[in-house]
Amino acid sequence: MIKVKNLHKKFNDLMVLNGIDEHISQGEVVVIIGPSGSGKSTFLRCLNLLEDVTEGEIYVDDELINAPKANINVIRQKMGMVFQQFNLFPHLTIMKNITLAPVLLKRMTKEEAVRKGRELLERVNLAEKADAYPAQLSGGQKQRVAIARALAMNPEIMLFDEPTSALDPEMVGEVLDVMKDLAKSGMTMVIVTHEMGFAREVASRVLFIDQGVVLESGTPEEVFNHPKNERTKIFLSKVL
Amino acid sequence: MTGIQLWFAEFCDLFELCFIKEDRYKLFLSGIGVTIKVSLLAVFIGILIGMLVALCNLSKNKLLKAIGGVYTDVIRGTPSITQLLIIYFIIFASVDLDKWIIAAIAFGVNSGAYVSEIIRGGILSVDRGQTEAGRSLGLNAFQTMTRIVIPQAVKNIFPALCNEFIVLIKETAIVGYVGLMDIQKAGDFIKSATFKPFMPLVGTAVIYYVLIKILTLTLRQIENHLRKSDVR
Repeated sequence: MIKVKNLHKKFNDLMVLNGIDEHISQGEVVVIIGPSGSGKSTFLRCLNLLEDVTEGEIYVDDELINAPKANINVIRQKMGMVFQQFNLFPHLTIMKNITLAPVLLKRMTKEEAVRKGRELLERVNLAEKADAYPAQLSGGQKQRVAIARALAMNPEIMLFDEPTSALDPEMVGEVLDVMKDLAKSGMTMVIVTHEMGFAREVASRVLFIDQGVVLESGTPEEVFNHPKNERTKIFLSKVL
Repeated sequence: MTGIQLWFAEFCDLFELCFIKEDRYKLFLSGIGVTIKVSLLAVFIGILIGMLVALCNLSKNKLLKAIGGVYTDVIRGTPSITQLLIIYFIIFASVDLDKWIIAAIAFGVNSGAYVSEIIRGGILSVDRGQTEAGRSLGLNAFQTMTRIVIPQAVKNIFPALCNEFIVLIKETAIVGYVGLMDIQKAGDFIKSATFKPFMPLVGTAVIYYVLIKILTLTLRQIENHLRKSDVR
């Protein structure tokens, strides 16, 4: 579903991604872990070209997305993204946040989008907040709306960029629960997170990234219990 | 008669001389009309130019950027009365347009430079995450700008824009230089006709003050309406 070949990303003179080759198949839940500044968020953001790629190739459904003639707006519609800072649209109600893109991009009529929006809000347990504005919600609620908003486009892949890092501790659980449900439903997911318990429970595969390269890739059991790389061991000993 | 009564009687005489006699209040009334129509058209032109120039300044195209930069620089570096005279007597010298329209164009061109900076700042003040969220949903750059960034920018720039509108109304008090009879000119005219400076000049000040007060209160209402989504 996603194929990454020899991905390099440079910010000015700083090499952040240093040749990543990865293949993510349909239905996989890939959790990316690694120290701060290791390039894991940058890798995720390259997957839908929020960062432009310095070198290498990214294929989504066998289409080269960083080709000059690729229509990135259409490709992004297949990929939902959830941000650390939620990035809800503060001037729109929760329902409008969710229906904006599907209606504007002519994926659904307004009525269909609203029906879908109610369904999704139901799913993230926020049905009663449809007419509220983002400022009236708690962090955990905002992030659940952000997930619903991304799902409204019926994406094939969901990308999560540290979705719980900006939350108060007591709100982390409600967001992770929504993500667990989503994983169970068979959604292809790529998740950057520091929640090791969640990674162990939900991931079908764990990637350890450090200094811009993938140092370890395997099932949670392999990576957490039998890490092979020395740097993985050091990192895990600090966070587990 | 006591002192106060004397003073009051004198005040009434002056008032009659300056406002009632020879229907002089009509001069002020038509002056108010001129000030309002010049200001309104100028604001409209100013916002239009301001938006275009803000987009020029924000664009990646070097030529557009340079044009926007020179325009803002020249307008900010010269007095508005000089600009008015140049536009009236040189640029529009041989164009057959109503005086007040030419004046409004001059004030609009002047205001546009300030409005463009206000708009540019407003657009930059919207968090980058908003653009990223819009683009990640598949909206193109234009849709993201018009549906997500600009509505939020409007809220941020509205107070500064109101301020610019008020400054502009007061700036128009120089249109007498190109022969328009606005509020200021009406006051001047009555002052010269009666040789009594007090009443016409204070009257002029009061009229401007009331106009701007009404405007400020109206704009405040609109601003409160815009802030609806901030309520927690």
